[in-house]
Amino acid sequence: MSGQPFFRFDWVWDHRDDIMTRLGEHLELTLIAVFLGFLIAFPISLFAYRHRRVYAPITWVAGILYTIPSLALFAFLAPFTGLSVTTAEMGLVSYTLLILIRNIVGGLDGVPEDVREVARGMGYTPRQMLWKVELPLAVPVIFAGVRIATVTTIGLVTVTALIGQGGFGYFILQGLSRFFSTATILGAVLSIALAVLADRLLIAMEHRLTPWARARGGAV
Amino acid sequence: MTKMITLDDVTKRFGGSAEVAVRGLSMEIDEGEIVVLVGPSGCGKTTTMKMINRLIEPTSGTITVAGSDVMRHDPVQLRRTIGYVIQNVGLMPHRTIEQNIATVPRLLNWKAERIRDRVRELLDIFDLSDGLLDRYPSELSGGQRQRVGVARALAADPPVMLMDEPFGAVDPIIRARLQDQFLDIQRQLQKTVVFVTHDIDEAIQMSDRIAILNQGAKIEQMAAPEEILRTPTNDFVRNFVGAERGLRRLGLIRIADIEVEEGPVVQSDASVSEARAAMEKFDFDWTTVLEGERLLGWIDASDLEVHDSVAKTQPRPFSAHVVANDSLRQALDSIVTSRTHIAVVVSDGDKYEGILTMARISREIIS
Ligand SMILES: Nc1ncnc2c1ncn2[C@@H]1O[C@H](COP(=O)(O)OP(=O)(O)OP(=O)(O)O)[C@@H](O)[C@H]1O
Ligand SMILES: [Mg+2]
Repeated sequence: MSGQPFFRFDWVWDHRDDIMTRLGEHLELTLIAVFLGFLIAFPISLFAYRHRRVYAPITWVAGILYTIPSLALFAFLAPFTGLSVTTAEMGLVSYTLLILIRNIVGGLDGVPEDVREVARGMGYTPRQMLWKVELPLAVPVIFAGVRIATVTTIGLVTVTALIGQGGFGYFILQGLSRFFSTATILGAVLSIALAVLADRLLIAMEHRLTPWARARGGAV
Repeated sequence: MTKMITLDDVTKRFGGSAEVAVRGLSMEIDEGEIVVLVGPSGCGKTTTMKMINRLIEPTSGTITVAGSDVMRHDPVQLRRTIGYVIQNVGLMPHRTIEQNIATVPRLLNWKAERIRDRVRELLDIFDLSDGLLDRYPSELSGGQRQRVGVARALAADPPVMLMDEPFGAVDPIIRARLQDQFLDIQRQLQKTVVFVTHDIDEAIQMSDRIAILNQGAKIEQMAAPEEILRTPTNDFVRNFVGAERGLRRLGLIRIADIEVEEGPVVQSDASVSEARAAMEKFDFDWTTVLEGERLLGWIDASDLEVHDSVAKTQPRPFSAHVVANDSLRQALDSIVTSRTHIAVVVSDGDKYEGILTMARISREIIS
């Protein structure tokens, strides 16, 4: 370590191709995790919304998944699914579930009762009610869930470096094992930057999807 | 007259509660009639109304709309043929005003062209500007929102309207305007309306008939507002319409409905002695001055002492000035606030009709 500068830009420049590859990996792991997580959480949430009694047990299970330390989870899964993308995704997806389910159900719960009542009174079928009234109105809260899940996953992906995945986490691990601060810092900074960027992007998307929420006075 | 809505021995008991929300209610509502349900909180007004469009299913009894049993209809189809307005309006926050008004026509799969025309027609009827079309509900004032709510309920031209405290959420001045506007529109459309309110004054103003309900939606009296005010059938009704029953009744009588007094009158070209004769005839110390039928004002005896003809006097304007279409309650208000004892009655701008005295109005309170 002695004699080496704290951060070597030339090293970063030399590894630019590597960075692009890891970026691709990081994005892929994140997108798959959030996408699959949403795919699983959505029907579960609708079910829990309709059948209130199952909501508590569902969030209990999702809560347990959420609290298992990520390292422990990977260590537990690795003997069965190997040091693979599958192992990584199983962990990552399970972390998104609690956040997504809570926000989808919470968003639906937040639909004003009078809007729901008058929609029923005007002759919406239950299905039209869900797709044309309840879900559109839940979008801001659901999107907030997707944002938190995405940002959390981007952070967690770095941990999957331990099982041979990891995106930018690869640099962090590399730096730590070789006492090479440049790589560690690069990995950390890049994952943070990616998280911030993803957050911004999702906020912009949400604004486009919900012009009504920006109207004066906000949501009614 | 054909019955549009009938309730026959309708009972509603909510699951798990011992209390009966609606007990054996029977009621018939004519086509084109506005029936207002009033009564204390929790007496079953909303429950009664919601059973008509099957938002609530009766425990027993029969409800028919336009001659057919509502239980034989698909509830979703039924609701699309019945306008529905609630207190908090419930506009869809994520839909523009245009989309909100178009809700039911869209559910009914009207052609886009027809929906467009209908929305614009309704905006016009409700005196809402085209500029609101692309706005979201959160960008509207309370009064505008309520109007959009009623316009939306009327969009597919349903024969029946259910309105649960539709103007409850706005302040009294705006509420009065919305009530007048709705009555104007109703005169054209002749919908059958079931209207729920807490407010006895609103009930009196809006209704063809009022049903005063007690707990369990028991009808204490159902009659025209005039009759309820004149002859309440029991103490419950008497208490409910309140101590100002007489005053409220004045609100229902138009000045044109009663005979106004002739009062002292002279033409502007009359002589002083003619003017004195007019005053003496009524034992007044003043007289109204007309030019033909047109009201010029009034002069008093002292004016005649300083001028040698009526033409030279300067008639003063009446401070209490009412038109034949006003109610006696408005006339009374006008007299009291102007601190005089009489109001002059005109029609068509300035055509003299006569005078209205405090004494004449109090005769109507007593009768
Ligand atoms: N969904 C429900 N479940 C159980 N009880 C209900 C339900 N809806 C109404 N009730 C009860 O039925 C009775 C009548 O209620 P309703 O809402 O019809 O009264 P209301 O006359 O409209 O009162 P308000 O003037 O306060 O609106 C009340 O005792 C109420 O508590
Ligand atoms: Mg009610």
